[in-house]
Amino acid sequence: MNGTFWLPMLVLGSSLLPGLLIFFLAEDRSGIRTLLNLAGAVAKLLAVLWMLWGVYNGVAYEARLPFLPGLDLVLRVGPLSLLFVVLSTGLWLLTTIYAIGYLERSPHRSRFFGFFSLCVTATVGVAMAGNLLTFVLFYELLTLATYPLVVHRGSEAARQAGQVYLAHTLFGGALLLAGTVWLYTLTGTLEFTPRGFVSHLGETHRGSLIAIFALTVVGVGVKAALVPLHSWLPRAMVAPAPVSALLHAVAVVKAGAFGVVRLLYDVFGAEFAASLGVTGPLAVVAGATILYGSLRALYQDDLKRRLAFSTVSQVAYITLGVAIAGPLATIGGLVHLVHQGVMKITLFFCAGNLAETLGIHKVSEMCGVGRRMPWTMAAFTVGAFGMIGLPPVAGFVTKWYLGIGALEAGQDWAVYVLAGSSLLNAAYFLPILHVAWFRPPPPAWPHEHDFGPRETAWALLLPPVVTAILSVAVGLFAAAPFSPLEWATLIAEREFYLP
Amino acid sequence: MIPNLASPGWAVALIFIPLLGAMLAFLLPRIGVTLGLLAAVLTAGSVLPLLPMLAAHGATNIRIGGWGAPLGIELSIDGLTMAMLAMTALVGIAVSAYATCYLRPVPSRPDGQPDLQQRHFWPLWLVLWAALNALFLSSDIFNLYVTLELLGLAAVALTALSGGADALNGAMRYLLVSLLGSLGYLLGVALLYHAYGTLDLGLLALRVGDETVTRAALGAMTAGLLVKTALFPLHFWLPPAHASASAPVSALLSALVVKASFYLLLRLWLTLFGDLDSGLATLLGVLGAIAILWGSIQALRQARLKLLIAYSTVAQIGYLFLAFPLAATGGAVVWGAAVYLVLSHALAKAAMFLTAGSLLRFGAHDRIADLDRVVHRLPITIGAFTLAGVSIMGLPPSGGFIGKWLLLQAAFSQGRWGLALVMLAGGLLAAAYVFKVIGYAFTPAVVPHQAGLVPPTMEWTALALGAGAILLGFAWPLLWPLLEIGMPFGALAPDPGAAVGPWLGGPRILAP
Repeated sequence: MNGTFWLPMLVLGSSLLPGLLIFFLAEDRSGIRTLLNLAGAVAKLLAVLWMLWGVYNGVAYEARLPFLPGLDLVLRVGPLSLLFVVLSTGLWLLTTIYAIGYLERSPHRSRFFGFFSLCVTATVGVAMAGNLLTFVLFYELLTLATYPLVVHRGSEAARQAGQVYLAHTLFGGALLLAGTVWLYTLTGTLEFTPRGFVSHLGETHRGSLIAIFALTVVGVGVKAALVPLHSWLPRAMVAPAPVSALLHAVAVVKAGAFGVVRLLYDVFGAEFAASLGVTGPLAVVAGATILYGSLRALYQDDLKRRLAFSTVSQVAYITLGVAIAGPLATIGGLVHLVHQGVMKITLFFCAGNLAETLGIHKVSEMCGVGRRMPWTMAAFTVGAFGMIGLPPVAGFVTKWYLGIGALEAGQDWAVYVLAGSSLLNAAYFLPILHVAWFRPPPPAWPHEHDFGPRETAWALLLPPVVTAILSVAVGLFAAAPFSPLEWATLIAEREFYLP
Repeated sequence: MIPNLASPGWAVALIFIPLLGAMLAFLLPRIGVTLGLLAAVLTAGSVLPLLPMLAAHGATNIRIGGWGAPLGIELSIDGLTMAMLAMTALVGIAVSAYATCYLRPVPSRPDGQPDLQQRHFWPLWLVLWAALNALFLSSDIFNLYVTLELLGLAAVALTALSGGADALNGAMRYLLVSLLGSLGYLLGVALLYHAYGTLDLGLLALRVGDETVTRAALGAMTAGLLVKTALFPLHFWLPPAHASASAPVSALLSALVVKASFYLLLRLWLTLFGDLDSGLATLLGVLGAIAILWGSIQALRQARLKLLIAYSTVAQIGYLFLAFPLAATGGAVVWGAAVYLVLSHALAKAAMFLTAGSLLRFGAHDRIADLDRVVHRLPITIGAFTLAGVSIMGLPPSGGFIGKWLLLQAAFSQGRWGLALVMLAGGLLAAAYVFKVIGYAFTPAVVPHQAGLVPPTMEWTALALGAGAILLGFAWPLLWPLLEIGMPFGALAPDPGAAVGPWLGGPRILAP
């Protein structure tokens, strides 16, 4: 019971406690609610940065709690956990600021921020889980905590979207649970171990292991929105914009993608999974998802839906990278966990700004919006360029590593997928930029709010600008120490080269 | 003799305090509520001193009046009994607090007399509590019959209390079924007594062999108890009875009363019938599996909240019976899982029925589709329903998850894929019906209506029970050693030759 125990607990508690307190706050106590939110977010960020320094210097953080016969709840922080923890903690701070601005004047904020905090608690729990049981626990908690956010508006459409969301995620959760229990009865342990803990069973239980892999990967694949399990994601767009940002960039789809990484590296082991012959089909599914998502995005006029299908496509890059299972592709997949988060959250913040400030929800309504809201559209442009993969924005680094990783692993087809996807990305993002910057604005916007001299409220403008700058910075300074790329390289080295 | 702290006399108090309270509350109706609440607090409090006693001395037999079996009445306590007593106390105290608000007539009667419901609730409920405690403590199969009958009659009277045509119909059906069940059990008692000349469980455990008469007794007793536990297809009486009773009564019936007959079946199984290779275990497992699917699907189809919750009970009872086929090779942990499900279902289902009562008070109806944004207006109540729902679905962290995980683990390691599949499907169906309610709690109703006032006590007691079901999810490392006191489930590693049950090991014998 020392620092290595309490620090992970602090990272969990810094959002859990404020969240529980916020539930019981009266609706009009917005001052203290904001204070709790921001204090929690900042405390979490500081704790995470401290752990980052510790892990870099070889400290092992672990918290353990007996839970079931032979099984503990374990929080363990290693390089891979930190990659996700840093991402979600940093973006949570920005999303909190954004949500405070976005939901000003709207009802039921105590409930919203309560679940918002629970949601990020579950996400860092998923990231820090030290065994598959703990992972399952936080994974299900994440489902439960996001549901009230999805149906927050309380309309019939929101209720139905919530049902679709649950039908998908709980089904996935059940499969994951089945696979987990089955695995435990075979191995007697569920502790995440570099290069997996099942390879000794390979000779005798080949069939069982393939079935378990399928169950668990489909289980996490639902949240990662792999085709054909993706249809909840576009429908969940009825939620308020900060929730969409959270779902797409920080929490839910990321938890799914992170789950794929965990299963492949720390449960099965990349090499052993390849010898089981399961990585090939997974890579094909990921490739299909990339193309399918991009194709569907082309035909959406609703801006948030277009972004949603773009997420379906982009998150599959992560799965593709780890499923190709070579060192360089792994780096590409892991680093995209961060890159996609930063870029996609920028786009959703901007979409939320357009809706909140001008009442714009559709691409066709965006004519000339660049002149009315230059900062917002500049941030949007950066995010869009990143998605297409133009240097120096972060997305380029991802595609570069994925491409050469695929060639190195002898999977040339993946390069065609990447090229095709980039073309499609350009095809659905560039028209938006064209319309926004080069068309004349309409005489009146659909539903305009007046924010005085600025284009919109500062709490709405600051987060997308910061994340846009980050998107460029992580691309430009990809080789600097502590950059996402360097960190992903560290993880990949541990998986592939260390004895 | 005045019972001192950590004396086994508290076990006797657990039966007599509620009985005394019931009599006083009946005789003095003007202060009936106060007396009833006082008796409830004292009864619940009497469980506490038993805990250190059990921890210090292990399983204990208590001879009332110094006369032991087979002549006198013996009470016995082991980990399993203790868990049941504690469950009853927790649910009992919460429901008692809730009932003081719920049963209060909205405009007070001018003559100062409490209305009939309030007046009769307390004596009946305290008798019910006494019967429950006596049932958990008895180790004599005839005394068990007496407590079972008393329990059934009190439960039927409570069901009829709310007075409508539905309630009377439901109560009548319940009465007939309950009597039928007791008769089946009694037949088994007679057979065993005839064959082995004793009613004491411990002595019987030493004497029973694999004979026709034992098998006949097993069949009669099991059938009788299954009727009372409402295992599919004998569940037909449960939904109307549980749905038409008033909310606190429904909570007691679903959380405790059906558990008592399950406990009795489990106890008989563990001490007398466990070694009989009759194929009955498989049958119980199959019926349990069908109950899970059938009950859940029926729950999903209901338009009224209380019926939905009642059918959910039918489904959840099915889980308990999956332990019977799994325990043959799974051993003590599987029984532990079943008991864990009993405990968590008791807390969760009580919480659910209490929230249903609050919603009924709020909207004067329990149509699910017209819940009308209660999530904004009664957030604590919906929170309680959700917490309870998490446990019912078996999502982590909750007591329901622990039980389900252990059963799943047994099913997978024994290669019983069908049972595992049913458990997973049951969890999904449960999620579907729980979230059906929660989803409609967000949307506005088609027909607006006047909103009634819900006292905070009603909201918070339900939340406490729901939170308890979640906290159980973290309590396995604490509770399992407790459950294991006296080895009610036999040896940890199943050994066909090993003696089963606490009464064979020669527990400590005490007079209070």
